[in-house]
Amino acid sequence: MTSPERLRGAAAPKSHNARTIAALTTNPGCSRRAVMDAAGIDKERLAAYVGFPARFGQSQFAITRGNVFEAQLKADGCAELLRLLREVLGLPIPQVSYDDLESVDQLDARADRSRELLTRAAGGESGTLFDHPLLRLEVGGRWVYLEPDLIALQFGGTFYVVEIKSFAVIDGQADGTKVSAAATQAAVYVLALRRLLAEAGHDPGLVSHEVVLVCPENFSNRPVATLVDVRKKLSVLERQLARMARIDPILESLSPDLTFDLRPDSSGVPQRPVAELVDGLGQIDARYSPECLANCELAFFCRHEARGTTASLGKSVREELGGVPSVDLALSLASGAVAPADDQEEAAAMLRFAAQLRSECLS
Amino acid sequence: MSALTALARVSAVSSGVAQRIATVRHVHLSDRPLVFIPLALAGEANAPLAALVGSSFDSPQLLVVLQPRNRDERFAFAARLAAVFLSYVDSFRGETETVPAGRNTDPRERYVDAPQILVPNGGGVGFVRLLGRSTRFRRTEGEYAVEPSVPLLGRWLTFFAERAEYPGSSLLLNMTGALGMHWATGQSAVEDANLAALVGWIDPPDGMTGADAALEAEDPLTWPPAGPATDPTFDNEILAPAIEAGSLSRLESALRRQLEPTWELMWRGVSLLRNLPPGARVERRWAEDRDAFTGYASYVDEGGYPQARRDGAVAAAQRLARLERAQVLYDAQRAYDDPLILAEYRLTGEAFAGTVTASAPDRIDDSGKRRVLRPRVTVSSSDPVRFEPGVSVVSPARPSQTGRVVSVSPLPSGFEVVLELSGGMGRGLTAPPGSVPEVGERLTYTTLTESYQAPAAFPAREETPWTHGGPPVEYVPDDDDAVEEWS
Ligand code: SF4
Repeated sequence: MTSPERLRGAAAPKSHNARTIAALTTNPGCSRRAVMDAAGIDKERLAAYVGFPARFGQSQFAITRGNVFEAQLKADGCAELLRLLREVLGLPIPQVSYDDLESVDQLDARADRSRELLTRAAGGESGTLFDHPLLRLEVGGRWVYLEPDLIALQFGGTFYVVEIKSFAVIDGQADGTKVSAAATQAAVYVLALRRLLAEAGHDPGLVSHEVVLVCPENFSNRPVATLVDVRKKLSVLERQLARMARIDPILESLSPDLTFDLRPDSSGVPQRPVAELVDGLGQIDARYSPECLANCELAFFCRHEARGTTASLGKSVREELGGVPSVDLALSLASGAVAPADDQEEAAAMLRFAAQLRSECLS
Repeated sequence: MSALTALARVSAVSSGVAQRIATVRHVHLSDRPLVFIPLALAGEANAPLAALVGSSFDSPQLLVVLQPRNRDERFAFAARLAAVFLSYVDSFRGETETVPAGRNTDPRERYVDAPQILVPNGGGVGFVRLLGRSTRFRRTEGEYAVEPSVPLLGRWLTFFAERAEYPGSSLLLNMTGALGMHWATGQSAVEDANLAALVGWIDPPDGMTGADAALEAEDPLTWPPAGPATDPTFDNEILAPAIEAGSLSRLESALRRQLEPTWELMWRGVSLLRNLPPGARVERRWAEDRDAFTGYASYVDEGGYPQARRDGAVAAAQRLARLERAQVLYDAQRAYDDPLILAEYRLTGEAFAGTVTASAPDRIDDSGKRRVLRPRVTVSSSDPVRFEPGVSVVSPARPSQTGRVVSVSPLPSGFEVVLELSGGMGRGLTAPPGSVPEVGERLTYTTLTESYQAPAAFPAREETPWTHGGPPVEYVPDDDDAVEEWS
């Protein structure tokens, strides 16, 4: 049995944010990722060091556009945003006050101050906008800080998480993948806020399962707000977080001296032999699928490792091949070169027929 | 994904090159397609950044927006694109043919050819749709006036984008989609979305496997993305400083370098597809495309409104039903044209192939009022036949003839199927030679049908029930549409 600290070695734990937490839900079955994330290992650095750097660059144009849009919404004490929220949530006009929490410097102080204000608001009546509050969530046994764009409190006591995104909603429609990613992120905030309220003795149900997504409308900079139901996202998220809290069985199976410490020298340059790290990664089961490419920093490494598996060609390919795990086996069963195991009879018959059909049609 | 395609993918892995999943080409390919590779500025709602466009490999035209955030420059880009695009479209408005009257149609004129737009991927189709949306409502006079060609471009782009959703249409094709219909690679569908990787698998350079070529294709320095999204590193290190410097020549050469590799890939894709023989029903679908093109051209000539922002309830339901019927027909047509597609249905038990072992071409059924010709054939098949007696099947070899399954009995290996035939044999009581399968002929029978299906009945536009919003008002673009921000 090893420990997360030992696995991580001397490096500082990599901090999570709502985006990385949201990414956890994309491949919940993968032990490798669960262990890495629970231990706070810097996957991006590790992947680059073992020769498979991730490619998750962001264009400065996209970043600028996002910042400009958010600034515009929040100008003059969130004037524009308030107008939108009044419409979509029915916030009464006089009651709204505004707390900018970003100005508090220290992380802990900011989190404390956020907790204090939010819990006080839960007891009271006043409608308040909280700007950049700092929330905390326990991930794999460690507390991570989260920074929602905004949390609005409706008159009558319901909290709404507001998420500002700069992708456009055109004639009422937006890119489904982006909406889904934004909803998952917002769900992380909902969860963190619910736990915060619950700890303070309030009803976590005060936080709505609907989040307010604010995006530019059509081709303009004019914002439009939409309510998005995140209940499904919440349950997936809770399941995955619970799983990460229970990584002990996985840790137990690992050798006690396994570590992903890069052993940087005094100038910070890693000295650890790459082969050792590759070997170490291989000790933790992965579950690669092509979806990893968009979601996990280790994707190119895992893809390389998964060469020759049918799953690396896509989940549907594996399913269509009757669940046969490897390319070679699928081909051998199809050609009849290998006799199927008992539970492969059906798949093998199908593969043989498929191979016969292909050769008949292509000859 | 079918099991046959899945098997083709694993074969591609082991052989190192993409495998055919079609024996014929299922898309129409113009002799003179317009290749259009748009790039958009990251973070913005479809803000054009550049495009490479042209209808021959040797003469690509580069269009660049010097300040992609500037509204006037965007419209200037649209006007320059319109010059290329509309003259290309117009060049097909020459010769027409007369289509004789059909069961429910009057005789009509139809252009003998139609424009075909090729974009690299699904994102390219989305770009066409959104550029159409952001330009078609613009006014050509008063405040915010734009060049007259701009709203016209918008309407044509919208026409093409809507047509691209229609199964079997080839007016606007995306290259990754078109290639992916005909070849299975040894990588996943996610990776196939990269045109360079896909072409690398289909046609790897000498001495390289498809896997090697695909891996190399993932390096954005050698193979920049095929758009509309650009490589973030390119944005940060090359594009941003060039825009900042405001130097058109620098911007042009940078963007040309991003676009040219894709230009080459697009034309390689064209020749890969051209090398496939066209399926027999491709021409028929292209005729429908030509009909649609002719119809839209005259609608525009008559001063019809631009396409609405959103369909009304009835129009949306009608459209959906139309697309569903087109999909069913398109699936059947491809299977009829291509034994390898038909084989997918054999694998799932929706078709079987076999050899005729007995034939009674003169059999008469006299049980009814009228004596009718009902030949019977016996087909022995080694496929797992899963049809029940009474089911109707058709063979692509004789599409106008229907076979009713009379009996299915197991043989030592395979099945023996007796079919009773009707149709496709003229009106008399003797079957013309060749109209009934003869002993020894090898045939495939399937439940797929390409016969005409009556469209579902929908209430007329003015009778839209209140549950669906009541009768929609005619969509007339208003001031808001015309002056809509594009920032
Ligand atoms: S890339 Fe590897 S570690 Fe990451 S989720 Fe996929 S299989 Fe797991």
